[in-house]
Parts: sequence; C-alpha cells; structure tokens
Amino acid sequence: MILLLALALGVLGILAVVALSVVFGGEDAALLVLRAGLLLTILSVVVLSLTWLERKALGRIQQRIGPMRVGPFGVLQPVADAIKLVVKEDIMPSWVDRPIYWLAPLVVFVPSFLVWVVVPFSGDLVLRDLDLGVLYVLAMQGLTIIGLIMAGWGSANKYGIMGGLRSAAQLISYEIPLLVIAMTVAMLAGTLNLTAISEGQGYQWYILLQPMAFFVFLLAGLAEVGRSPFDIFQAESELVGGPFIEYSGAHWSIFFLAEYMNTFLIAALVTIFFLGGWSGPFLPEVAWFLIKCYAVILLIFWLRGTLPRLRIDQLMAFGWQALVPLSFLNFILVSAVMFYGWPVWVHTGLGLVTLAGAAVFIYTRQASQKARPRVRLVSAREVRRV
Amino acid sequence: MDAQAVAFAIVAVVALVSGVGVVTTRNVAHAALFLLVSLASVAGVFILLVAEFLALVQVLIYGGAVTIVLLFALMLTRAEEFSNVRSNPQWAVAAVAALGVFGAMGAVILNDRLDTQELRGPSLQELGGELFTNWVVPFEIASLVLLMALIGAIILARASDSDEPGSGG
Repeated sequence: MILLLALALGVLGILAVVALSVVFGGEDAALLVLRAGLLLTILSVVVLSLTWLERKALGRIQQRIGPMRVGPFGVLQPVADAIKLVVKEDIMPSWVDRPIYWLAPLVVFVPSFLVWVVVPFSGDLVLRDLDLGVLYVLAMQGLTIIGLIMAGWGSANKYGIMGGLRSAAQLISYEIPLLVIAMTVAMLAGTLNLTAISEGQGYQWYILLQPMAFFVFLLAGLAEVGRSPFDIFQAESELVGGPFIEYSGAHWSIFFLAEYMNTFLIAALVTIFFLGGWSGPFLPEVAWFLIKCYAVILLIFWLRGTLPRLRIDQLMAFGWQALVPLSFLNFILVSAVMFYGWPVWVHTGLGLVTLAGAAVFIYTRQASQKARPRVRLVSAREVRRV
Repeated sequence: MDAQAVAFAIVAVVALVSGVGVVTTRNVAHAALFLLVSLASVAGVFILLVAEFLALVQVLIYGGAVTIVLLFALMLTRAEEFSNVRSNPQWAVAAVAALGVFGAMGAVILNDRLDTQELRGPSLQELGGELFTNWVVPFEIASLVLLMALIGAIILARASDSDEPGSGG
C-alpha cells in the first residue's frame, strides 16, 4: 500500500515534470519556480475574488445583498472563508480506498494549475508561449476528470460513486463539442498557439464570425467544469456533493480551488477564442483581458442564478443531440467557406442561421415532447457498491 | 550521463513498474490507474523524442478518454465480483502474444539499419500534410475501424433497448 502511494506520487511528479519540460524547455530553473509560484498566487487571488463576486451576484439576482460583514461590502469574506476551511478538521472515513482518496484532490488540482502555464494574460504576459497551446490546454483539462472519478470511487460512498459515474459520462460527452469548436477556431486562425489566435483576430472578433460556435463552446465549457445548470455530478440536492461528499477541510478546499480555476479558465478561453483576447483601446492589454474574462464570468453566474439544474437524461440528450451535431455542422460549414474562399461575412450569416435554426428546433422539440424520460430511474440499492 | 538519459531512465522505470502494477495488483481500480500512469510515462518518452504533438495526443486520448471509459465501465460493475481475481484462464494465450510482440520488436530494434540523425520535431503543418497525402489510406482505414466500433455500439444498444423497454441510456 505504501509502495502504491509512493509510486503514484512519483508518477504525479513525473507528469508534472514532463508537462513542465514541454512547457519550459531550457529556462533558468530558479526563475521558473519563482514565476510558477507567482502564477499560483495570482490564481488564488482570482479565485478569492470569484467566490466573493459569485455570492454578491447571486445575492443581487435573488434580491439579497450578499456578504456584508467582513470588510467593506464584504470583500474580505473569502479570506475569512479560506481561513475557516484550512483550520477545519479534516475527516477521513475508515472505509475509504486510501491511496485513491488521498491522490484524487491532487489529480484534480495539478492539471488545473498546469493548464495556466500556457494561458496568456496579454501579448507578453505568459509563462510559456507554446505552439500547441490549444491542444495542451484541452489535454490537461481532460485529466481532471480522472481526479473526480477517483474521488467518487475512493470515497466508497454510493453518492460519491454515482457522482463519479455522472462526471465521467457528462464530461466525456461535453469534451467532444469543446474539442471540435476549438479545432474550428484553430482552423480560422491557422494556428494552435493561444497568443497567435488572440492577436490574429484584431477587431474582427470570432464571436462576430462564429456566433453559434461561441454559444456551443460556452455551454460545453460550463458543463466541462461542472457549473450550474450543468452541475449534475455534484448536485447538492440529490447527490449532496457527489465525488466530494466524503472530503472536508483542506482536501475539500483543494477541489474548490480547482473548480474555480477551471471556471476562470473557461472564461479565459472564451475571451481568447471569441472576444479578441486583450485587444481594446486606451487601457493596457492585461486590463482588457481581465475585463472580458470577468464579463464572461458574470454571464456564467447569471446563468447559474437563472436556470434550474438539468436532469441527467436532459443533460446527456442536450450534449449528444444538440451540442455535438451543432459543433460538427459548424466544423463542416467553416471548412466549406474556407475551402471555397468565400468572404468572411458568409461565416456570420451561416452561424446566425444555424443558431436560430437550432434554437427553434430545440424549443419546439422541448415543447412537443413533454418530459418523457429516456432513462430508467434506478433505486440507490441497485447502484450500491457493497 | 546527460540530463536526457536520466530523464529517460526515470520515465522508463515508472512506465515499467506501473505496467507490472497493472497485472499484479488485485484491485481493478488500482490496475486502471496504474495503466494511466504507464501511458502517461509513454507520453514522457514521446517528449524526450521531441514528438510533442504525439505526447499531447497520448495524454488527451489515453489519459483523457480511454482510462475514463475504463473507470466508467468499472464503476458500473460490482467491485466484489472482481476482488478475488487471482488467475486468468487466458494467461497462456496472453503470454504467447506478449512474447511474440516482444520478440518481433526486439528483432526489429536489434537489426536496426536506420540512419541515426539529429532529433527534429516535425511541425504540425508537416505532420498534417504527410497524414493527408502520403498516408491517407492507412489514416482512413484507421478511422473506418473506429466508425465500425461506433456503429456496432449503436446496434448493440438498440438491440437491448427493444428487448427490455426503458432500459436504454
């Protein structure tokens, strides 16, 4: 058992070193550690700001005022929460599968952090400008799913396992539209480098060329990081937290940190892919980048405050019957327009037409098929792991 | 020994040890995770060979998809059915197949007459160009295999759907 744990830790280390060696080929090691530490600090501050912003935004949507006690307008509330989380007792049930239970938070957190190594905050503010940036981001992002499954399995709790199952099914389904749309954007830009994609747009943002792709990417991204209304695998009201059910204290806060980092990643990717990255007048590049990111974040919080959670069968149907075909359709249309060299406004026209068509189609189908569940509801006894 | 050799030694040892872990551990979930580790180490080997694209695809496909599907299937089974797996009746066939592959690859490597040359990672454009011109037939055949698997899965799912209504999904 100890050997297993040691081996697994060693492997995580290797994975990190491998990723870092791709990422920082031949740079000064001390500088690299310093910069990585700085990045982690920045991300932690961003996460703190996000938790405050989310509580404030949700509060306003629900006609409350949100946290007000700690600091002006409650801005120090996240700090108080963080201190509380860290000093809380860390409980581990006696029946867990120990190595998997301990490693799961790391497997979620390490790739979530490594992704950020290639994400540019502005033209020159990036740890490592990787030519295969898009591929790297999506490959690393995909690894976090394993951590969620490990958490569900390792907890040996039936809600945990159901959460793990749901996360596997959901995340692997929504990864397909995410990848295909990323591929479309890369085709338009002619590169996989995140900086080049962002700067290649100028003021002709891809949201103008690809309105449908923007929506598909945003929704698939939300599902990929498990934000409401797609948070079906942690669904507090049915699964009481899903994979995280047996975690507490510092371990739980690692999951929490990773979740918010991933949410911010989706906002950053949407900004880079569709909103022209850091292009904008007067203000410095970083300011524009952050403004756009936080605007997308507010949109995400708005969705959370407005829409109810989907049921698991609706979720899978939406993924496979709406987002996957739409992303493939978009891929084909963009290929055709680029192959025949039609003018760019054809992209916009086709995008708007398909978006409107999809909206009408989905709406009429929803209205005509009154909630006929396609899945058999299974009692908890049947999925229990004895 | 230069840094690259050290890195290769570490990655290779991890790949081999976790490979042994896959077949020796009694716990199927642990075996699946060992498999992930082994595949990730292979991605490390690709990086040492300056094949960064291949390495990332390895992580994406094997880390992000194959292992997840394995774990997913595992969670749908009952763990206690597998907790006592100690022997596999097919071990002899597996041993023959494994030794055969090992022998064939060993022979190829030992008879290697390839020119040694400077390591150079091909650009993505070169890779895509080669794949869609010189190697388009093998590429299409590979995708045909996947398509067949996909259609087969749909047929199987449909068949069970009509046998016991409402059990789909």
